[in-house]
Amino acid sequence: MAKLQPASTPALSDTDQGEMKAKRKTGVWLGQTVKRMRKSRYLLLLFLPCFLYYVLFKYVPMFGIVISFKNYNLYKGIWASDWVGFKYYVMFFKNHDFFILLRNTFLLGLYKLVFGFPAPIMLALLLNEVKNAVFKRFVQSVSYLPHFISNVVVASMVVMFLSPSGGLVNKIIEWLGFEPVNFMVKPGLFRSIYVASEIWQHFGWEAIIYLAALTAIDPMLYEAAEIDGATRWQKLKYVTLPGIAPAIVVIFILNVGKILEIGFEKVFLLYNPAVYETADIISTYVYRVGLMQGNFSYASAIDLFTGVVSLVFIWSTNYLSRKLGKTSLW
Amino acid sequence: MRRKVGPFTIVNTIILLMVVVVTLYPFIYMAAVSLSSSTYVLKGEVGLYPKGFTLDMYKLVLKDPRISQAYLNTIVYVTLGTAVALTVTSMGAYALSKREMFFSKGFTLLIIFTMFFSGGMIPTFLVVKSYGIMDTVWAMVLPGAVSTWNLLVMRTFFSAFPSELEESGRIDGLTELGIFFRIVFPLSKAVFATIGLFYAVGLWNNFMLPLLYLRDPDMFPLQVVLRNIVLAGQTNSAEATSVGADNMIVEESLKFATIMVSTVPILLVYPFLQKYFVKGVLIGAVKG
Repeated sequence: MAKLQPASTPALSDTDQGEMKAKRKTGVWLGQTVKRMRKSRYLLLLFLPCFLYYVLFKYVPMFGIVISFKNYNLYKGIWASDWVGFKYYVMFFKNHDFFILLRNTFLLGLYKLVFGFPAPIMLALLLNEVKNAVFKRFVQSVSYLPHFISNVVVASMVVMFLSPSGGLVNKIIEWLGFEPVNFMVKPGLFRSIYVASEIWQHFGWEAIIYLAALTAIDPMLYEAAEIDGATRWQKLKYVTLPGIAPAIVVIFILNVGKILEIGFEKVFLLYNPAVYETADIISTYVYRVGLMQGNFSYASAIDLFTGVVSLVFIWSTNYLSRKLGKTSLW
Repeated sequence: MRRKVGPFTIVNTIILLMVVVVTLYPFIYMAAVSLSSSTYVLKGEVGLYPKGFTLDMYKLVLKDPRISQAYLNTIVYVTLGTAVALTVTSMGAYALSKREMFFSKGFTLLIIFTMFFSGGMIPTFLVVKSYGIMDTVWAMVLPGAVSTWNLLVMRTFFSAFPSELEESGRIDGLTELGIFFRIVFPLSKAVFATIGLFYAVGLWNNFMLPLLYLRDPDMFPLQVVLRNIVLAGQTNSAEATSVGADNMIVEESLKFATIMVSTVPILLVYPFLQKYFVKGVLIGAVKG
């Protein structure tokens, strides 16, 4: 019947034909869909818990962002509270903390990128030069141990070692004949302490990716370079670095994209009111304003602002790297 | 032919040894101080090894009811959480690795999108609160039940699973459920162990979930109690008096002992498990 129809009704206008085609298509599509769903019903069943997780704990909260356009009412809940439009966004942008928070978050992320990004690459390159396999494995195993230690423990260690009364670091400072320093209450030192502890905690772990990339380099290239009389430096420059460049670029894009997503836990555990002027970042501010003071709508507005800025960040770094070079995430 | 030990090798070895020292020494120092008697700690004579060896601090720490309760809570959260997370993640990853599943591309995109954008702390908190799981075990288990990274690692692993084996199961009349539980699972124990360990360590170390979703002090896991004792300085003053004047409590030793007690399980399993971790990272890195 479907074949006959166009021939038997030649008078039909183009639009009618188009409509019918579309209808037929949807019919076929629906049938096929049901068929495919039935065919993969066991797979869908396996996927169901995972799907529910993403809906309940990722996508419902994303829609929950509407609360930032509403005045959150404890009794009415997220969906029934009254609309207030952009009130809380205006409030945030007009707040004199806005600039400080943005600056603190950005600078902390930037320093972490500038100092934390090259560290694992250097470790991997140094490890790569080690000929003794046992020593190499030992250094590697030790270096990524702190990655598995909790942020609470790392922050506790930092605070205790830097303590002005009997902390290890201050003991050394006193032994060298200087005055002890109360590190944790000096706003000028917070970023250095944070970045150093991040590097200490993660650089061994992050080196794994580069080490894997290094082992993938064809040894013949090194042999050829040696025959040509290349020095150690030249081999590094012309064989090793080009070999791991794709890994470096991908991880760099990921890190630039995450510049504003500084882990909440570490900063929250390390900071104190004395260093808020440099240490308070967007997520810790959101926690204090939202959960401790109960301004849920205002805090959600800040959440959405950060989320959108992060998204723009990662998208534009990826765009730039695709324009400039050949590597990109997608 | 003996290899010449050039100046570069020497410098390189020294730098790497410094990396080892910087990483390990804090732990050695904490262990040494927490195992030393307080007279030596107060004089600042403890450096590399315990002086006047004593287990007093550990006895004190373990007697603290908050810590024993927190230990128990953490073990419950880690066990249950890992079991749930591993089940949900592995089943989901297997389904996603099958291209023929209905809407599989769409599901994958939906999942990857959550890596780049999320509802944020407060909307997530309000939503989780509205589910009524605050102050229950589920608050520690469900919000972190799937880590997208682990899911993608497992999906990559399963998509490389030899299809002949699955085919043989299908011929024997198994459905996808049967194939997954009776063929794929028994043959992928290594990847289950790896991802299970990732989840277990993540749960053991988690601080944010209990901070947000647990209010009842009896429910607190180790990390929260540890933070309260060491960083917020809530030492139990009753302890200090109970020991008597001749054995003065050094706050530092007590805190280090507390840190060690909550870290030792991780340190103990670490040497055995680290090879699995590296493997896991690399599976994920090959084609993320």
